[in-house]
Amino acid sequence: MQSANVNRVTPYLFLAPAALVMAVALLYPIGYMIYASFLDWNPSQRIGEAEFVGLRNYINLLGDAAFRESFFVTLKFAAVVVSLEMVIGVGLALLLDRNIRGMSVLRTLFILPMMIAPIVVGLMWRYMYHPSVGVFNRTLKSLGLDPIPWLSDGSWAFASVVIADIWQWTPFIFILSLAALQSLPQSAMEAARIDGAMGWQQVLYIKLPLMMPVLIVTLLLRLIDAFKVLEVILVLTNGGPGLSTEILSLRISRTASEFRELGEAAAMSNYLLILLVILTFAMFAYNKAVEARTARLRKAAEEDI
Amino acid sequence: MADRTYEKQNPAFYALLVALVVMAIGPILMMLTTSLKLNVDIMSDSSSLLFMPTLRNYETALCDFLWYEAPHIDYCDKTFGRALVNSLIISLVSTVLTLVIGCMAAYALVRFRFMGRDAVSLSTLAMRMVPPAVLLVPVFGIWTFQFQIDGTRAGIILVYVAMNLPFVIWILQSFIVQVPIQLEEAARMDGAGPFQVFFLVVLPLIKPGLAAAAIFTFRVAWNEFLLANALADRNSRTVPVTIVNSITEFDIDWGVIMATGMLLAIPPIIFTFVASRQIITGMTAGAVKG
Repeated sequence: MQSANVNRVTPYLFLAPAALVMAVALLYPIGYMIYASFLDWNPSQRIGEAEFVGLRNYINLLGDAAFRESFFVTLKFAAVVVSLEMVIGVGLALLLDRNIRGMSVLRTLFILPMMIAPIVVGLMWRYMYHPSVGVFNRTLKSLGLDPIPWLSDGSWAFASVVIADIWQWTPFIFILSLAALQSLPQSAMEAARIDGAMGWQQVLYIKLPLMMPVLIVTLLLRLIDAFKVLEVILVLTNGGPGLSTEILSLRISRTASEFRELGEAAAMSNYLLILLVILTFAMFAYNKAVEARTARLRKAAEEDI
Repeated sequence: MADRTYEKQNPAFYALLVALVVMAIGPILMMLTTSLKLNVDIMSDSSSLLFMPTLRNYETALCDFLWYEAPHIDYCDKTFGRALVNSLIISLVSTVLTLVIGCMAAYALVRFRFMGRDAVSLSTLAMRMVPPAVLLVPVFGIWTFQFQIDGTRAGIILVYVAMNLPFVIWILQSFIVQVPIQLEEAARMDGAGPFQVFFLVVLPLIKPGLAAAAIFTFRVAWNEFLLANALADRNSRTVPVTIVNSITEFDIDWGVIMATGMLLAIPPIIFTFVASRQIITGMTAGAVKG
């Protein structure tokens, strides 16, 4: 009888530490943040001393041109970065999906940019963008061209940040699409070849549609991560010049540490979180829909037999 | 691999490959060469490839670990050395804790099935989507005023463990599912208790999964800046925090800062070369297998 008892308690014993840590250090802070977003709170106060101001932070933010600008920059950054990375990453995967020597070495080299610290990525790009000692302007100079104000002009700074992010994250899309390509059913490719499909026809009508479920998931994972980019931009431009590269994450951290408006920073975090919840929900709903469809198709196919 | 045949490709294809490799690792190599240069060489207009490599920048950064007197150092700034020790302790401890706790939870979720896989993958996704910036305000407030563990290594470790747990549970789960239950039943027949089954039978079988999870957790803890910056005080600063502090200064000492950047990049680079297969498995597990 005692062993039955042990068996009944065991799962809870195994789960308890994880549940405890996540409740204390993840769920509680998130709840706390939602509460703090209704307060007028600065870092030297205890939270109990902060004044309750209702929705004022949220309304203030909506009327704040700098916040709207930063929200817009975030959306623009995510959209530009993710679409460019998808095109380049999937394109490269289609090109390199061949039986060549040293493919695993290649993949190893490609994941290096993702593994090293974003701070370091920012550091080395800042060095390369340096107006006088950076490699880009040196090359331009030796070709007799004018130097480019990589980080000191608004639109160039945005482009520079986008380039650095593409360098860091395109490999992610490449690796995932390559894995998807290599797990495609050989029979479909064979059938297409026998039917006389040309290279690009195979890509357009066979490979891409079959990869689509993976591509959608990849896209959404990357999109979610694009909203979390912070360190690279912090090191490269610190949001400037002006507000041209100030994405929301950066603005949250500046509102909290420089402007000392914890309540407003929390409200801003909530806006960002709401945006991401919508995206994640879309991703999960899509997954479910696809699963349901495959199940239905399989069932139909089995009934036919 | 000698028996595998490789298709012949045309030269343009190899040119493309070379260009891609250069683009992928070029910036990293540039950081390495810069860290080996004197500032005179960095600032000079001459060719960037001809220079005398020197370890001076590394000596400056790591001055309190040197067992010899470096002649060019007049004053030893211990900030970086201390940060390196902090980073190592914080990353290692949080990795070990996350793995132990995450492993037990993943096992319970798979074997005792009182919550579906769906619930776990949903919460993993939910946690993946929370940007560290969102945790900044509440974690700062709670750690400072309620737990009073701000400025300690333990405080930073606690956030990292919590941040990494959902992902680790999720990835380990996909490995534990593949362990045949008959093995566990056989062990139980032989009189092993649930803890023995777990530690002696299951754990050794999911080593690849543990490796992948360990690398991802270590990487997050080792590279993270924002929360460490908010929570750490002078004595618990990690390397990313010190790097950011030294670049906001007006005059950047590129040689030394590239050396510190290189030191920060080395552990992840080593992991990548040792365990790229596990990393790719970890990365693709979610999207490709569903």
